[in-house]
Amino acid sequence: MSNMDLDNLYRQVIMAHARQPHHYHPIDEDLPYQARKYNPSCGDIIQLSADVSDGKISDVAFDGNGCAISMASASMMTDAIAGGSIDDAKQLSAAFSAMFTDEKAPDPALGDLEVLAGVRQFPTRIKCATLAWHALDDLLDEAERSQ
Amino acid sequence: MKTYKNDFDILKTKVNDQPLTYLDSGATSQKPRQVIEALADYYEHDNANIHRGIYTLSQRATDHYEAARDKVQHFIHAADRRSIIFTRSTTESLNWLAQSYGPANLKAGDEILLTYMEHHSNIVPWQVLAQRVGAKLKYVALDDQGFLDLDDLKRQLSDKTKLVTLTQLSNVLGVKTPVKEVVKAAHAVGAKVILDGAQGAPHMPVDVTDLDVDFYAFSGHKMMGPTGIGVLYGRLELLDQMPPAQYGGEMIERVGLYESTYTKLPERFEAGTPNIAGAIGLGAAVDYLQSVGMETVEAHEAELMAYAMDKLQAIDGLTIYGPKDSKQHHAVIAFNLAGVHPHDVATILDQSGVEVRAGHHCAQPLMDYLGVTATVRASFYLYNDLADIDRLVDALKVAQEYFAYE
Repeated sequence: MSNMDLDNLYRQVIMAHARQPHHYHPIDEDLPYQARKYNPSCGDIIQLSADVSDGKISDVAFDGNGCAISMASASMMTDAIAGGSIDDAKQLSAAFSAMFTDEKAPDPALGDLEVLAGVRQFPTRIKCATLAWHALDDLLDEAERSQ
Repeated sequence: MKTYKNDFDILKTKVNDQPLTYLDSGATSQKPRQVIEALADYYEHDNANIHRGIYTLSQRATDHYEAARDKVQHFIHAADRRSIIFTRSTTESLNWLAQSYGPANLKAGDEILLTYMEHHSNIVPWQVLAQRVGAKLKYVALDDQGFLDLDDLKRQLSDKTKLVTLTQLSNVLGVKTPVKEVVKAAHAVGAKVILDGAQGAPHMPVDVTDLDVDFYAFSGHKMMGPTGIGVLYGRLELLDQMPPAQYGGEMIERVGLYESTYTKLPERFEAGTPNIAGAIGLGAAVDYLQSVGMETVEAHEAELMAYAMDKLQAIDGLTIYGPKDSKQHHAVIAFNLAGVHPHDVATILDQSGVEVRAGHHCAQPLMDYLGVTATVRASFYLYNDLADIDRLVDALKVAQEYFAYE
């Protein structure tokens, strides 16, 4: 068993987020921005809600059940976007997707999120890592339209 | 336990530097050398289009294709070879029924009875038919072990019921359905019965005449045949009245500018050049399975299931779906490890070369019914042995250690 590959996938930081995800609680349906995404291969659902005030993203929350990769990715994503602008979040989302499609080194702006680059070695799991980000893209589009 | 691994060269392959332990035959089976050689043989010696050439090669191809139909007929004990129609898959067989038999025989207010354990391919076509003609879908309940609730079926049957469509063997719970009882009850109210044999045909002897079903659908690729070939069996008088599902060459008698007449069964349903090699490959798969004997296949898998059930039940925090009595649980076993998502389990197993399915198994209504979003599923076939199950169990323990929460 090649534990090295697995250790690279399930890094300590990832497991810590998966065990105790941040901003993880029932979403607030009164908040102006909501998004919901399905992973059709496993049936997992992720829901995301947030507010935007003075151009800053606030009150981020996510809910749902997923694998360690999707939970960690969602948790780290909420940390990364909370308090930032819509533009920052959009750039971050683009950089995150690029991590799985480009050969290039990950964008340094990703910071901690770079630990998820290990998922590249597991092509069948990339959808798990990007699920929350697809929900974020929808939420940001909606927020941008109403700004 | 006799081993059949030597007929399957792919089982010598390595994945992730580990010997391949293939436990996803429920999704698709591996193919024995005999099937692969039959395909190569056909393309190297007999390849031509069928039913239309005057020349010898075309006649040879036609003979092989039609011989495959005979093999399938005998495999499922159909009374008439014209009842065997080659399709692309179980999915296509069921879709043809929903698109062709359905609108010709169902009207607004009619009811279609399904069960909670159906595969998406035996749900969605009926949803579309129901929307199209204004019919109503009703679902038969399962008992707490996952068996079909025959009383509930009888309660829901009425003279409005026109179709009952159900699986022969659940691709998640591993339970067989009481087909004969279902048929008896359905026929008593004048409903027709469609049996989805995608999981049944590969794993048990099938006798459509004895079962008395009206239609039977199955796929080649889950029973050691090639992908892209499936079968629709239908009672002759029902197929005779059923409008063709597709139109084109091969299925016509005389084509005019504005209208045409169609040829007879089974060609009437086989428009265009069919999957000739696929049918021949399926015929070879039937030969292979019959040389072993379907009773032997079933007994071999029962031994695997008994062993797996004991070993899996001994793992702390492992939940098995479906009956815990291995005699009632066939070919597939779905489970979850507490605290570990099925995708994570499958990834860790894959690193040990153990290939299992993780997800909803194309049975989301059943997942909802069971109250889970996904499960891990190991499925067995003739080429598996007890050592495969040991490797599964060892890899599950690794997954558990890996995810051990303090």
